[in-house]
Amino acid sequence: MRPRSAIYLASAALALAALTLAGSLPSDAADKIDPVADAKAFRKFFTDKFPKVKLEDFVNGPYSMNEDLYRQWQEKEQFPPYEFSLEMGKEMFSKPFKNGKTYADCFPNGGIGVRQNYPYFDEKEGKVITLELALNRCREANGEAPYSYVRDEMAALTAYMAFTSRGKPMDIKIPNDSRALAAYENGKEYFYTRRGQLNFSCATCHVQSPGERIRAEILAPALGILNAMPIYRSEWSGMGTTSRRFTTCNSQIRGVPFSPQDDEYRNVEYYLSYVSNGLPISGPGARP
Amino acid sequence: MASSIRVRATSSGETTEVQALIQHPMDSGFVKDAKGEIIPAHFIQQLTFEYDGKNVFTADWGGGVSKDPYVKFAFKGGKKGDELKISWVDNKGATDTTTAKIQ
Amino acid sequence: MTDVGFSATRRLILQGAGAVALVGLGNLPFLAPALAAANDKYPEEAFKAKSEADAIKALYGKTAEPSDKVKMDAPEIAENGAVVPISVTTTLADVTSISFLVSENPVVLVASYKIPAGTLPNVANRIKMAKTSNVIVVVEAGGKLYSANKEVKVTVGGCGG
Repeated sequence: MRPRSAIYLASAALALAALTLAGSLPSDAADKIDPVADAKAFRKFFTDKFPKVKLEDFVNGPYSMNEDLYRQWQEKEQFPPYEFSLEMGKEMFSKPFKNGKTYADCFPNGGIGVRQNYPYFDEKEGKVITLELALNRCREANGEAPYSYVRDEMAALTAYMAFTSRGKPMDIKIPNDSRALAAYENGKEYFYTRRGQLNFSCATCHVQSPGERIRAEILAPALGILNAMPIYRSEWSGMGTTSRRFTTCNSQIRGVPFSPQDDEYRNVEYYLSYVSNGLPISGPGARP
Repeated sequence: MASSIRVRATSSGETTEVQALIQHPMDSGFVKDAKGEIIPAHFIQQLTFEYDGKNVFTADWGGGVSKDPYVKFAFKGGKKGDELKISWVDNKGATDTTTAKIQ
Repeated sequence: MTDVGFSATRRLILQGAGAVALVGLGNLPFLAPALAAANDKYPEEAFKAKSEADAIKALYGKTAEPSDKVKMDAPEIAENGAVVPISVTTTLADVTSISFLVSENPVVLVASYKIPAGTLPNVANRIKMAKTSNVIVVVEAGGKLYSANKEVKVTVGGCGG
């Protein structure tokens, strides 16, 4: 073939390929997104990597990765430092809004023992709803100002709700809706995408290096990583939300954090929670 | 509970194990705030436990004890339903006291 | 007060005098006005000591000898210097006091516990460590002092660092 024809042919082929890829419609993607297979592979990766760790213990993060840390944690769990935040959360949860209604009015089963169902995909709205988001929407629907997603009040409320679900298996559902699948896939993509000056993805630390140290900290495995939320961190000397952890983590890898409850965060929470289905809720948790 | 003191006291028949967790900043006086100013020392100095009118344990603390301090000890005696009295005083002269039932 | 008699009254008066004296000094930041009885006194001087030796001397007036009968449970590497769980247990008899010191802390004495008769010689607590340091436990038993120590590594300092 003469070079020029070859070039034309090549560019035509390239253009066609580009069009095909660009034209990858949700209907095509739906065939490829397989959360069930993902969750199975995700779980297998970690149980293969840590054969001595019991499945349910993955939710304890670094404590399941290091004996010395485990013992310190066990000692503190006898009477945990987060006791006061938990108590505050219970009080806050039961206290009526100015209009007389309570949080119980916004949640199934009065908000008791339901944490393991969050986040869920809201088919009316077409988006992922997290527990923190649901709590603030409840407040706003009842004439109250929303809480900051990264401060004590939200942490205390989610601590209480998590506590009422302790031991229950994470139970995230993905409805047969292409938007739900897209949100799930978006979260998965976020999880594996490198970002920030340090060019780390979530997976860099929590899939590639769990149990190893990053500076002086032992890294938690991604399996079950949200089951302990919210967490009382010794570093924060207080209870912090999932939003707080996501935003500070982004800052730590020298990236610009999203705003709490932005789509990316909601979707990664959806993905991470789903692939940890079956593992017990252990929140509120403790971390270094 | 309005008290800062949380207690878990359990009797095993011969001995009673007591765990106390107290809500208190326990500021050592060595830490600076975001503005670079020293956060003044503010910590519990003495914590006492009384059973049946007698002292069964005293903790003398400095600012080196962790925030929301915890202590565990055990004494001979004590029966389910009996009361334990716990009191503290801090370096600012503030006090708190509570009674807890042995479980 | 269940005692009757002159000696009891005298003791009461002395305690009362002590309380008045302390109240008079109540504007000093480190004095707790509520502490009146001499044998329950808060060991203020010991909490000012800059060295283990000085702290132990201020607390007990004697020196300690290492003893393997004092068993300390402390981590190898503290998860966080702000909350380090340390506990001690001992088989020594007639224990009257147990103290915890951290050699590299700005105030070396962290805690001192009075153990009346009938209370077991075991204590668990959570302490702050500014940096990697020797943690020393001192037990007063039968009028003598015994100690144990362990180096605990600290990567994240407990004093706000």
